[in-house]
Amino acid sequence: MEIGYYPGCSLESSAKEFDVSIRACFTKLGVSLKEIPDWNCCGASPAHYLNEELALSLPYRNLIKAEEAKLQKILSPCPACHSHLIHVYNEVIRDPGLNQRLKNIVGKEFKKNSVSKHLLDFIKEDIGMERLKESITLPLKDLKVACYYGCLTRLPDVNIDDIENPMIMDKIIEAIGGEPIDWSYKTECCGASLSITRTEIVLRLVKPILEAAEEKGAECIVVACPLCQSNLETRQGDINKKYKTSFKIPVLYLSQLIGISQGINPAELGLNRLIINPTPLLLEKGIFEK
Amino acid sequence: MSYPSNSNIHLFRNEILNLCKQDVAKCIQCGKCSAGCPISPEMDIQPNQIIRLIQLNDREGVLRSNTIWLCASCETCSVRCPEKIEIATIMDILRKLSLEANIQAGEKNIVKFDQIFLDSIKKRGRVHELGLVIRYNLTTGQPWKDVHLGPIMFMKGKFSLLGHRIKELERVKEIFRLSRRIKSQE
Ligand code: SF4
Ligand code: SF4
Repeated sequence: MEIGYYPGCSLESSAKEFDVSIRACFTKLGVSLKEIPDWNCCGASPAHYLNEELALSLPYRNLIKAEEAKLQKILSPCPACHSHLIHVYNEVIRDPGLNQRLKNIVGKEFKKNSVSKHLLDFIKEDIGMERLKESITLPLKDLKVACYYGCLTRLPDVNIDDIENPMIMDKIIEAIGGEPIDWSYKTECCGASLSITRTEIVLRLVKPILEAAEEKGAECIVVACPLCQSNLETRQGDINKKYKTSFKIPVLYLSQLIGISQGINPAELGLNRLIINPTPLLLEKGIFEK
Repeated sequence: MSYPSNSNIHLFRNEILNLCKQDVAKCIQCGKCSAGCPISPEMDIQPNQIIRLIQLNDREGVLRSNTIWLCASCETCSVRCPEKIEIATIMDILRKLSLEANIQAGEKNIVKFDQIFLDSIKKRGRVHELGLVIRYNLTTGQPWKDVHLGPIMFMKGKFSLLGHRIKELERVKEIFRLSRRIKSQE
């Protein structure tokens, strides 16, 4: 199976390990990813904040590039990128006038033949739990995992799972041999891009999320978003300093945990790129051999 | 719900209704939006109060607030509103109206960050994260912000030194030139 791939800007740098681990575990699953040729940034929240038409036309160009390359499905691992792509897709179907307007801005018309899917959608609908399970060689041995969704299920047009109590990542963790913990902070907001502009707000928001995960016995947190990962992991040091706490809980991408359970070499999954090293935990649990 | 067309009391409510199809007249002031809002402690006007002020036609008061810029677009308010008002969508349009009206933003640095971010897209077609953070810190006069994270981020290869530049950059520039801040109704 070959599908389109829209990594987005974060996966090219700060979230490179999300990118490499997705590529590695999809290869295991027999899915090859074809990057949208010459894709551009989706505009992220700044376009959305400052310019309505820019926020629609930047993703629109990517849909056209995917369509020209005959890529009907596009895997977009970043939830924000995915939400922008699927939102534009739905809006132009709903409103032909908008499609005309965007065509005038971007210079070409999108014929609605390419649609974005998030990683979770794709695993659930296109791969399926059975096929995922078949690819597992190193089950996670009851590793206690807090599945953190943030705003993922609430984002416009995403429609992946129950909004207030999503379970899809929990089910994936179960399928690969881990033990998802039951906790009530899975959809709390991480503060998103306020991390750069108003860092102290993000520290205030992330602290109770980490506390809740640890209280329920989580040994690590798993996420499916570059911003969640960076806010939950990179800011632990700042939180410890500000609140005199001692958090040091690994925060992995879902694709990294899947890759580990598929027996993929840790370097290929970018585990060494995480700031809080999960290897001691994986050794202690006997998932990795000493 | 209909109002006498010669009344000015509902100008702002009508403006919002026309621009984003959200009717604040439906709001029953239950406060659920503010109760669930993660950023409410830092906001000078609470989300439910923003809705109330739109009902009361206080355009300037709303557009001057820091609320519209601090809103993280987390959508909690929209999915919980019993009247199905998309408060986050209203916040989106309020930001653009405040820029149109040239009102000094309640959170200057956030607007700066967004502008630098868009600039980066205009120059390369993609965002260069390292360049973005450095430029933001310098522009806002806080050159040492987060430098403690620098060495570890570099060591872990989290920042690429050179950003990528897309081939059809001219097309992206054209998109920037033609896109209007508030969606044209053509
Ligand atoms: S949740 Fe909806 S009805 Fe309740 S105060 Fe907020 S906007 Fe009004
Ligand atoms: S979308 Fe904005 S206003 Fe609504 S809950 Fe989230 S941060 Fe608060």
